[in-house]
Amino acid sequence: MNSAFETAGLVKAGKTSAAETVRAALDAIAKLDGKPSPGSRLPGGIGAFLEVFEENALARAREIDKKRASGAPLGRLAGVPVALKDNILYAGQECSCGSRILAGHKAVYNATVVEKLLAQDAVIIGRTNMDEFAMGSSCENSSRQLTRNPSHPEFPARGTTGEKSAWLQKNLEKLDRVPGGSSGGSAAAVAAGMVPLALGSETGGSVRQPASLCGITGVKPTYGRVSRYGLVAFASSLDQISPFARDTRDAALILSVIAGHAPSDSTSAREEAPDYLAGLDGGVKGMKIGIAPEFFGAGLDGQTGALVKVAAEKLKTAGAELVEISLPHTKYAVAVYYILASSEASSNLARFDGMRYGLSAEGASLGEVFCKTRGEGFGPEVKRRIMLGTYALSAGYYDAYYGKAQKVRTLIARDYAEAFKKADLILTPTSPTPAFRFGEKTADPLQMYLSDIYTIPCNLAGLGGMSVPCGRVSSGWPAGAQLLCRHFDEARMFRAARTLEENAG
Amino acid sequence: MAVTENDAKHIAKLARLELTEQEIKLYGGQLDAILQYAGQLDEPDTAPVPPTAHALGIENVMREDLPRQSPARGAILANFPHREFDLLKVRKVIE
Repeated sequence: MNSAFETAGLVKAGKTSAAETVRAALDAIAKLDGKPSPGSRLPGGIGAFLEVFEENALARAREIDKKRASGAPLGRLAGVPVALKDNILYAGQECSCGSRILAGHKAVYNATVVEKLLAQDAVIIGRTNMDEFAMGSSCENSSRQLTRNPSHPEFPARGTTGEKSAWLQKNLEKLDRVPGGSSGGSAAAVAAGMVPLALGSETGGSVRQPASLCGITGVKPTYGRVSRYGLVAFASSLDQISPFARDTRDAALILSVIAGHAPSDSTSAREEAPDYLAGLDGGVKGMKIGIAPEFFGAGLDGQTGALVKVAAEKLKTAGAELVEISLPHTKYAVAVYYILASSEASSNLARFDGMRYGLSAEGASLGEVFCKTRGEGFGPEVKRRIMLGTYALSAGYYDAYYGKAQKVRTLIARDYAEAFKKADLILTPTSPTPAFRFGEKTADPLQMYLSDIYTIPCNLAGLGGMSVPCGRVSSGWPAGAQLLCRHFDEARMFRAARTLEENAG
Repeated sequence: MAVTENDAKHIAKLARLELTEQEIKLYGGQLDAILQYAGQLDEPDTAPVPPTAHALGIENVMREDLPRQSPARGAILANFPHREFDLLKVRKVIE
């Protein structure tokens, strides 16, 4: 499969059509994705998609081909198929956040990112599986299905659809690991080569962690860099729409398309968004890369740690300087995150009451309708977090939990402000372990929460961050290195990621 | 400090969640474990530290109050679970 950058070039040059490109993606999805059989949650293929917008995508592709035939210039993503996480609104299409409570809900407007993608002639191909309301790290909290991580060492990720399909038919049971989450469906769709680009969303690592587990690139832009308008809110002070790609150039390309201020999101940043493709090959000479011991301690898989150290050495060989930094409040990040994100979620999710859209349970009174709808419509993880958030915000506990967590958030943000006086970028592992098996962490919510330990601080401090593949551990599953940058300094981060990519393997 | 079953029931009521007895026990216990873990937030001295509500510190974003096109009315109505003509039908609000 071509990259998005190459595909758009071929479509613009008339060497292939948008319709051909879209048909190839639809064919790959039809042959590789697979639905669960009735009564099962395990898909008969990868299981990345909840729905494919086949007719809509083909119609869009024909429009783009007509536009080209008429001589009009095409956009930067001409004919490129893009998958959307099931919490981003595409007018007229269902958007359910992987939840029963929103099953059947159809978006009545486009998210800003969708408008921007369409304006550049991308084709939205379908919506992908996710942990319900983006709460989870494995996609196992989806109300619909599990998604398989396709990045088994034997899976022919660079092969043809036919080769992949043949491998899956013989080896499906080998795909017994989670793709990460919460944007696991989007990550798996890109990793399996069904689409070159997909959007996910981040609150505490929901794009970087699955990117790491699936061996692809995932970018969490600075808070406010991308408009949140049309993203179903989880924790508004942390949420950010974030793309997946198979390489840095494609990631830089799609971020260039979706970044920028939007009046419809009052928290979106006014800073001008650069073209991230310019200067991508500038290298890392003279760059200072911070290494923090707090990210290489207990809980980190030894092989993952070693691969990240190798990545650090590559940057050094390419001319960067490694500097030791300290981020002493890192150990509090998970606790801060679960208090703040759950508090914000308990407030944001109050809107799902069975009145205007989605599930509406029968009840004798209005209050009963609310309680029954929410009791039936939300899954266990969402209920758990609504309970936690409601508790943390309730009278008598507000100062002890919510207020306290907001203050420790300040301490974490200050750690980074100090570190970025010494370092231009920070390099860490993305996830403490490679992909884990289905069911391995579902019994203990706290264990699952700890899989986000290295990604959460970035969201709390509002920084930019990304995960770049950095090799495979001895079991053959991928590991990811995380780069963190100052607010709005993504261009520099992309240069370091590109350097790592060029020196891979 | 332990979260009692009564606490859990009270929180569920505040959150408008109908939970089974089994769910009350399960989430109450898990809530307790998570809050114990969050107890470590008492370690750092936060007395002189201001709270962070927003990473970039944006305040009071204002815009002109101008009429704009709203999303398609028909699409909004089509999402209503219970509808009579073009009206949203709900249970009695005032008893």
